Amino acid sequence: MKSEHILSVKFYASIFGILLVLTLSTAGIAFIDLGGAWNAVAAIAIAVGKALLVVLYFMHARYSSRLTWVFAAAGVLWLMILIGGTINDVLTRESITLPPLS
Amino acid sequence: MSNSDMVHAHQFDDFAQQHEASWNGMWVFLGTEVMFFGGMFAGYTMYRYLYPQAFASASNHLDIVLGTINTAVLICSSFTMALAVRSAQLGARKPIMIFLLLTILLGTVFLGIKFTEYYQKWVEHLIPGYDFSYEPSLARPAAIFFSFYFALTGVHALHMIIGIGLLTWLIVKAWRGRFSREYNTPVELVGLYWHFVDIIWIFLFPLLYLVGRHLG
Repeated sequence: MKSEHILSVKFYASIFGILLVLTLSTAGIAFIDLGGAWNAVAAIAIAVGKALLVVLYFMHARYSSRLTWVFAAAGVLWLMILIGGTINDVLTRESITLPPLS
Repeated sequence: MSNSDMVHAHQFDDFAQQHEASWNGMWVFLGTEVMFFGGMFAGYTMYRYLYPQAFASASNHLDIVLGTINTAVLICSSFTMALAVRSAQLGARKPIMIFLLLTILLGTVFLGIKFTEYYQKWVEHLIPGYDFSYEPSLARPAAIFFSFYFALTGVHALHMIIGIGLLTWLIVKAWRGRFSREYNTPVELVGLYWHFVDIIWIFLFPLLYLVGRHLG
């Protein structure tokens, strides 16, 4: 009737295990000074990795149709435009003096 | 399963097409949710860039132990949700109810821990606009951090409460025997929603709890 992948409990458990390990690592790495913006890069990279595991396996995106991929990717694309556009604006306005906040 | 659930609506060719439409419709809805949270994430990123010291300092006032435990609890609830969907695909009535109940339980634990953290912030005068007190040189931008903290985690918690409501509705439907190997779309779609809320937290945790931890 409908093509669905029924994954084994063991498989879900291993994804769950990896997610827990990544959670502990990101919390641990946060205490180490990686220098510059690298702490933020590491934290976001691990978060993206975790999100991908959830989307691909818990949300079955990996086994969904190409049309579902388009919908999922559209969300990410517009988010990138939203954040990218905002950051682009803020980063290129160095000359504007900020109101004193204190 | 009631018969009405098995007969596809007249605008669809067949049951598979109806399922595909529901499934993709849910992904479209989640896309709008990404944009909804995205505005706040963009604002957070901008202010963090503008006031890095204040954001690092304020971030260190959050309880990293409770934050990490809560992340684990939520991931655990996503695991039980995935198993509930799996049980629904197999048409196993009792396991669906057990796993949904476990998911609700873990979601409630998450909200309980979140409430404890909110209470701590209240005790420590860290609620912007209400008796907020902070080191004077950083007070204004730190208040901005806490505004994002409460807005983001608050809206996230609201999504969890709605999710718990949906899970309760699913348990009632499962108890009445409405789901089978052939028809389990509602369980799948609420599963997508629950995992999405988990993903939002996966990003909130590092952004709110971990930034500037190495400086503190």
